[in-house]
Amino acid sequence: MIDPTKTVTGDIIPGAAAAWHDTEASLQLASQWKLMWWRFRKHKLALVSGIVLICIYLVAAFVEFLAPFSTDRMISELAYAPPQRLRFLDRTEEGRKFRLHVYGYKYTIDELSLEREFKVDPDQKFDVRFFVKGEPYRMWGFIRGNRHLVGPVDTGAPFFLLGADRLGRDLFSRLIYGTRISMTIGLVGVMMSLILGILLGGISGYYGGTVDLIIQRIMEILRSMPTIPLWMGLAAAIPYYWSPVLVYFMITLILSVIGWTWLAQAVRGKFYSLKTEDFVVAAKLDGCSELQVIVSHMVPSFISHIIATLTLAIPQMIIAETALSFLGIGLKPPVVSWGVLLKEAQNVRVLATSPWLFMPGLAVIIAVLSLNFLGDGIRDAADPYK
Amino acid sequence: MGKYFLRRIFYAIPAIIVISFVSFLLIQLPPGTFADTIAAQMMESGGVTPEAIKAIEERYGLNQPVFVQYWKWISGILLRGDFGQSFIWGRPVGTIIWDRLGYTLLLTGFAFLFVCILSIPIGIYSAVKQYSVGDYIATSIGFLGLAIPGFLFALILMFIGFRFFDQTVGGFFSPEFTHAPMSWAKFADLLSHLWMPMIAVGMAGAASLIRIIRANLLDELLKPYVVTARAKGLSEFRLLIKYPVRLALIPFVATLGWMLPQLISGATIVSVVMSLPTTGPLLLRALLGQDMYLASSFIMLLSVLTVIGTLISDVLLAIVDPRIRFQ
Repeated sequence: MIDPTKTVTGDIIPGAAAAWHDTEASLQLASQWKLMWWRFRKHKLALVSGIVLICIYLVAAFVEFLAPFSTDRMISELAYAPPQRLRFLDRTEEGRKFRLHVYGYKYTIDELSLEREFKVDPDQKFDVRFFVKGEPYRMWGFIRGNRHLVGPVDTGAPFFLLGADRLGRDLFSRLIYGTRISMTIGLVGVMMSLILGILLGGISGYYGGTVDLIIQRIMEILRSMPTIPLWMGLAAAIPYYWSPVLVYFMITLILSVIGWTWLAQAVRGKFYSLKTEDFVVAAKLDGCSELQVIVSHMVPSFISHIIATLTLAIPQMIIAETALSFLGIGLKPPVVSWGVLLKEAQNVRVLATSPWLFMPGLAVIIAVLSLNFLGDGIRDAADPYK
Repeated sequence: MGKYFLRRIFYAIPAIIVISFVSFLLIQLPPGTFADTIAAQMMESGGVTPEAIKAIEERYGLNQPVFVQYWKWISGILLRGDFGQSFIWGRPVGTIIWDRLGYTLLLTGFAFLFVCILSIPIGIYSAVKQYSVGDYIATSIGFLGLAIPGFLFALILMFIGFRFFDQTVGGFFSPEFTHAPMSWAKFADLLSHLWMPMIAVGMAGAASLIRIIRANLLDELLKPYVVTARAKGLSEFRLLIKYPVRLALIPFVATLGWMLPQLISGATIVSVVMSLPTTGPLLLRALLGQDMYLASSFIMLLSVLTVIGTLISDVLLAIVDPRIRFQ
């Protein structure tokens, strides 16, 4: 091997040799996970997406605190009120002063269409404060609190940062609450697919033969059915009197009906190719039990690929939930998810007059885009020896 | 070749049988039979007799095990072409579904054309001019296309059409053409209505195909045979089309198999959003109203279409790629 630290004449450049030995040594000593992290770090888009996703999941974790209001607080005469701008400076006769506030609305009712036309009213000012005392809540069902990150001092004041919906509810709060449902449904759905996929894909790839053939056929048949009609059929079968929690789990189960086949295929392929690898054969000859061979020798060598496949499966689940709820056969109000919120935007005429109703759609796009980039980055990093 | 073809058909038959059963079972899942729905409806309009309900139950074998019911339904379809009776519409299912299915085929067919016309040239371009501005634009469009679900895209398109071009979607024809015989003018009218749903349905597929073609072609472009051909003085365009593109299109043909279920899926929901007269909106109504024969027939026929599509793609793949035939 040519030593890159030596020049043609054979002189050793001082310092360079040490540096080269350092990187070489650290490369050789680094664990697989460390190598993967270095590789992943180079994928800037994936890194940024990862940060965006951490933020989104933080929002999902602390919705009660972050949302100014609960999901059902409404001011019905302000239905379809446009978004307000948060203002920082107050102009008075004495000059400018820092004062967080929003302007109120005044509206006229069109005599023909009976629609309200909103205008900003600079004469009405509502004070807004950070960490304000507002509606009491129970975070995660057991931590009591009444502080909200931002909100009006007077709880009855209009405060619509993203506008109001058909009933005069705050879209911003509802969007934040929807984040929790929409982002977790993907995770739970993927977990269910993972269990099914690893179990069936593992059996299929490890044993082969007739079992493999049967599982393969089942996967093929499931995959050849158009997903949305299949999901629609299954989702429509959920009895309407079930509790929202039960419906939530049913939906995740329905979403994983197709999802597991892709995971199973990935797992099967890996099992198939690893089965004859030297280290697996060696472990077997050493007298390891079958379970031990699988769990402590085979699984660690393809876990990173599975993580990549999982990350790429989550956005599909989020899209699917949104689609079903949008059609009215997935999650239903009073549960709030992005799909449920988008159902309000179904009518293009309504959407044309109040375009802010499309915000949940934007949230879906951002979440899905970040998950796709992150998954791509992980997939590239999954095999650091390449 | 013939043997391979026969084997594929042989595999498809059990798939279709299972699919027909699953489609039927799906609609059986909700609690209560549709005789209850009918009874409730009759109750509202007054005058429900136990005999009438009994007659309905008898006619459809509702109090019999699900296998018997399934057999009654499927044998009716196979032997007499009778798909059963739709309850919402009060008409035989057969008379309702065919033209709807035709429109679904029309929409997916056009969406498929759109996918091919868009993805092949863009995919080739962005591989040949890797890291150029055009490549970055194509890649970004690809990512966005994958991230925006079809129905949201449909909403965005409708919003743009409504707000800026004063165009509304709904149906495939303008009122003056609805009952007119087929003509060039009618066809032009159809196209002017079709482009929006076509893009909405095909966007995700086109996006993923651009990425697939780009990745495959990039792999091929670096191989020695390309260098050899170039060294021999073959013009760049002919060289590209004749060898690497041909090879890069093989995985493309393989993806067509799963493209069809995706397009049919997408068409279902986009049609609901844009209220097009395809199977989508009708299927949704049938599911919500527990109209079991209508919904089952729809799901089954859509799935069978998919199986046939997959079959065609497999055969095409075998024609393009001899390695598969001889496996």
